[in-house]
Amino acid sequence: MAAESVNDPILEIEELVMAFGGLTALMNINLRVPRGKIKAVIGPNGAGKTTLFNIITGVFPPTEGLIRFNGQAISDRKPHQIAELGISRTFQTVELFNSMTALENVMTGRHLRIRSPFFGCGLALPSLRRQEKSLKQEAMALLDFIGLAAKSEIMAGALPLGERKILEIGRALATEPQLVCLDEPAAGLNETETETAAHLIQAIRQNGITVLLVEHDMKMIMDISDEITVLNYGEKIAEGTPKEIQRNPLVIEAYLGQGGGFEIG
Amino acid sequence: MLRIRKAPMLAGALLILVFPWIASRVPAISHYPDLMVFAGVYALITIGLSLLMGYAGQISLGHAAFFGIGAYVSGVLTTQYGVNAWLAMLLGALAAAVVAVAIGAPSLKLRGHYLAMATLAFGIIINIVFREEARWTGGPDGMVGISGLTVFGYALDSAGKYYYLVWGIVAAVFLFTVNLIQSPTGRALRAIHASEAASAAMGIPIARYKVIVFTFSAVLAALAGSLYAHYMNFINPATFDLFFSIKLIIMIALGGMHSIWGAIIGAIIVAFLSLEWLHYFEEFEIVVYGAVLLLVTIFLPEGLSGAPAKLMARMRR
Repeated sequence: MAAESVNDPILEIEELVMAFGGLTALMNINLRVPRGKIKAVIGPNGAGKTTLFNIITGVFPPTEGLIRFNGQAISDRKPHQIAELGISRTFQTVELFNSMTALENVMTGRHLRIRSPFFGCGLALPSLRRQEKSLKQEAMALLDFIGLAAKSEIMAGALPLGERKILEIGRALATEPQLVCLDEPAAGLNETETETAAHLIQAIRQNGITVLLVEHDMKMIMDISDEITVLNYGEKIAEGTPKEIQRNPLVIEAYLGQGGGFEIG
Repeated sequence: MLRIRKAPMLAGALLILVFPWIASRVPAISHYPDLMVFAGVYALITIGLSLLMGYAGQISLGHAAFFGIGAYVSGVLTTQYGVNAWLAMLLGALAAAVVAVAIGAPSLKLRGHYLAMATLAFGIIINIVFREEARWTGGPDGMVGISGLTVFGYALDSAGKYYYLVWGIVAAVFLFTVNLIQSPTGRALRAIHASEAASAAMGIPIARYKVIVFTFSAVLAALAGSLYAHYMNFINPATFDLFFSIKLIIMIALGGMHSIWGAIIGAIIVAFLSLEWLHYFEEFEIVVYGAVLLLVTIFLPEGLSGAPAKLMARMRR
């Protein structure tokens, strides 16, 4: 395998097919996620966006096709192995650990980066206590980065939706991923909250982390994406920069039906 | 932040320490240290089981079998092969661990309560083995003549002495478990309980953690079985049947699933109920257990350990 270069895509998907029984959710999808960029996947409801995320993160194996991360095939890995490789994610229906504090949620996100031997934990070894102390500091620093430092001791389940979404992104970042997959980070958020989320996603890219984004909020997509792929009924119908996508007649048709004269965005 | 306070732990330890002395002054309860030995044996099992149920979110209906494996390995090895009692205890725990991994690894990979089904079947099979393999186990009549325990030549030949051995072990296991819950391992377990999808996305190997906790709980049950065998000097298959597995679940439900304290309190209460207070009901004993389980699930879903908080909330209203 050749050494990975900055120009190689971080994630490549080739001829991906996903069928659930008779229903084909994804049909011959080809996708490249360029390293260090924000790539968005859009499409009407039921287009197969979340399914795509679930396949990338190992929730279920694809029916056919290949997924390569940093040039390495990953289609047969389990979710926790995918996380180990450096892909993290959020969920469309926020999946926080509700009975744990915001701080604990982020600390749990660092599980891959710490040691947790069973007997050592039961014996409360001093080295593990020290690790716990520095872990807490790292988690606080991350909460600070996402702007939730003041909420560290609040139960995740008690936070408002906007902050829950942000916290979930923070927890995903805690794994120190190379690629983070965000499933509708702005869904259900008001305008200010959406703006906060958009700023955070841009800040993530500035830290050198690639972002793969599924979203319905067109303004946000057009503002922050470097590249957009459009899915419709499980098929890729367009790909390009935000400007190209806005002018693409196939996309306009998919969103507004034939004859729709509006411009998206 | 999940914190287990030190003050109640010290108070509990002190109470356990002075209890035999108090009991010896009050004729009506002078035999209570004997009952407390059984309570301690049960508590060893329920501590592990509450970790499995309350933190890993899995149910075992076969812990009586692990209890039995410990008891029979100790019984058979010491009476028929002259093995040192402590070594036999260790081998019993090891046997339980091997069996637990063999059952746990395949059934815990699946989502849902497959472990409950697997352990239910396993418990019944093991009980048949205890009954049928009469060459070793003595069959349905059980086996007699299991020796008592000695520590460095000092014989633990009374309830009072055995009491301190058993509760010393319970205290050590309790501390170990409390440390575990407050460690990265405990956090991973709580995360798994809260959301498996998110835990996996954070790189937590869910199946592995579940197998580890299940195995730990099986080892504790086997340890309890060995202690039981050496205390009773006699074991028979009826002690390790399905009903005992269910009694263990009742202990956990009564005490409170998410609390290690609850596990101990539940074990003590059910020990006293079954060995002392419910004799009056004779064969209707099982009805009382059913009623207890029903009432607890309806009115105290958090168990007795959740009752103070519930009472406080009601008073504030």
